[in-house]
Amino acid sequence: MRFDADTYREIADSLLRNKRRSLLTGFGIFWGLFMLLFLIGGGNGLKDLLSKNFDGFATNSIVLFANETTKPYKGFKEGRTWQLEYRDVDRLKEMVPELELVTPQLASWGVKATRDTRSASCHTKGVEAVYSQVETPVLKFGRYINEVDVMQKRKVCVIGEHVWNELFPGGEDPCGTYICVGSIYYRVVGVDVSTSNINMGGRSSDAITVPISVLRDVLNSGNSVGIICAVGKSGVSMSDLESRIRQVINRQHFIDPSDKEAMMYLNMEAIFRIVDKLFRGVNFMIWLVGIGTLLAGAIGVSNIMLVVVRERTVEIGIRRAIGATPRDILSQIILEGIALTVVAGASGIVFSVFLLNLFEIITKHQAAFQIHFGTAVIALLLLTLLGILAGIAPAYRAMHIKPVDAMRDE
Amino acid sequence: MLIELKDIHKTYNKGQPLHVLKGVDLEIGQGEFVSIMGASGSGKSTLLNILGILDNYDEGTYYLDGQLIKYLSEKEAAHYRNKMIGFVFQSFNLISFKTAVENVELPLFYQGVGRKKRREMAMEYLERFGLADWALHYPNEMSGGQKQRVAIARALITQPRILLADEPTGALDSKTSVDVMELLTKLYREEKVTIIVVTHESGVANCTDKIIHIKDGIIGETTLNEQHHASVFGTDTIIK
Repeated sequence: MRFDADTYREIADSLLRNKRRSLLTGFGIFWGLFMLLFLIGGGNGLKDLLSKNFDGFATNSIVLFANETTKPYKGFKEGRTWQLEYRDVDRLKEMVPELELVTPQLASWGVKATRDTRSASCHTKGVEAVYSQVETPVLKFGRYINEVDVMQKRKVCVIGEHVWNELFPGGEDPCGTYICVGSIYYRVVGVDVSTSNINMGGRSSDAITVPISVLRDVLNSGNSVGIICAVGKSGVSMSDLESRIRQVINRQHFIDPSDKEAMMYLNMEAIFRIVDKLFRGVNFMIWLVGIGTLLAGAIGVSNIMLVVVRERTVEIGIRRAIGATPRDILSQIILEGIALTVVAGASGIVFSVFLLNLFEIITKHQAAFQIHFGTAVIALLLLTLLGILAGIAPAYRAMHIKPVDAMRDE
Repeated sequence: MLIELKDIHKTYNKGQPLHVLKGVDLEIGQGEFVSIMGASGSGKSTLLNILGILDNYDEGTYYLDGQLIKYLSEKEAAHYRNKMIGFVFQSFNLISFKTAVENVELPLFYQGVGRKKRREMAMEYLERFGLADWALHYPNEMSGGQKQRVAIARALITQPRILLADEPTGALDSKTSVDVMELLTKLYREEKVTIIVVTHESGVANCTDKIIHIKDGIIGETTLNEQHHASVFGTDTIIK
């Protein structure tokens, strides 16, 4: 077997001068690799798009809110309604030191915000300053609610993107302007353009965020709070804390310690885990389908090459008659197979990357529809291996062609 | 003797056993111009295949240039074919997707000769056969006579000890047949190439110096034909 430039030229000649045959043979591989990488890239993009939804929300956080009790306890009947209170926040802070922060939130739905003749339907959210660590705001103008706002019950608000668009159609900086929400005037101090789709208390683009102390007075809600958000210290698993947190709350509200329905314990960590699992499943499917397609392509190549070898019997017979050894023929057919698969596969990679890029442009770069360079390299290596495998059967048949076969052409 | 065959037997075992060669004895010396004549089925093609190491035989011995040609591996056979034997076929057997010059240089490729050297030698041979202008044409762009001359150039480029021609004029008209035979005669006279032609055309056989008749797998009479009067038809042309 000679491995010099001449051998490669010989292979390139055989492939290039029989273009239609080479094209047909290579197409299976091209399509297989294209499908595999396109699916992988598409899957990555979808995952990216989905995880965009979680952007800006602390992953190791929980959200608590009250439901009806489901068990009778200490003389109380089941089905009792109860409410989370400010005191619960303090208790959690005190008794569960693993929590980085605990903060209450109040919400009021279906309010109308007006400014001059313009109005927008929205909802109000009463928060403490630390709430920004639970749901990170993306501020286009101004600032977020701060501690002094809460302490002094300042009538200030941060408005969502949609509200801003409706009330300030000129796109101007609204800070310092007063808007009327319900029946109270607030001074706008910031605009939050966060696009995250996980929000507590309604979509953030429709939200008007105000100090919790102000909303408490407005709603006259007394000691009760709508929800309590908590973020764990780093390295703490929120699933492990569930029973202790329930214990703390249940005892104070006279709820059966074993009643798990009385309070909703929304664990973000668990949700992230589910999504992660889902995508691992999707990825597995993608590889299964992709590799299946690729294998089918390789088998197709092998089949077509078998036919081609039969068609080339005379040519191979001639080569043998003028001095080619069986190994010359074997290496030629195998190398032709490899060259074909690698070229076809590489164009499959290029084409899929091209299409994925197009996807990215169409979706305005919201997500990375791309494959890792490593994935492409692995795919290419896999492909070379497939090329060798695809070439073996045809090459063995070619090797056993006798030079006399060249003369039996009639 | 360049070629010595002793009691060669060959049987094909495909379905019905077919005893094709039944003890062939043959000697051909260096620089001879010989034709092997016989009807179809007489075993002449089988004999040629054995002479050309394209096929093996069951019994007997075959010495080519003092070397016993028996029990060769495919690799050794390929080596001997490449170095010692040049083939010319009835249907030219040029590779259709290669140009004339590429076809001619192919045996050198399998010898491992460098590309530049190959191209040079191939051009030299084509030029000698008046085909320099056709070097870059594909076989299907050439006439039968041109194709056969390309094939002869390919057979000779390795400077083989014998040139084996299997019905070299079988696919040609009488005019080009004469041309091809004249070319072979010239090669034999001027370059002392040993040429063995297998044919059933008496006119073709008449061009050679010695005619060996083969019938039913046995060598019949051998006619010396140095005056080229063996065939009444063959003096000036080849009757088709």
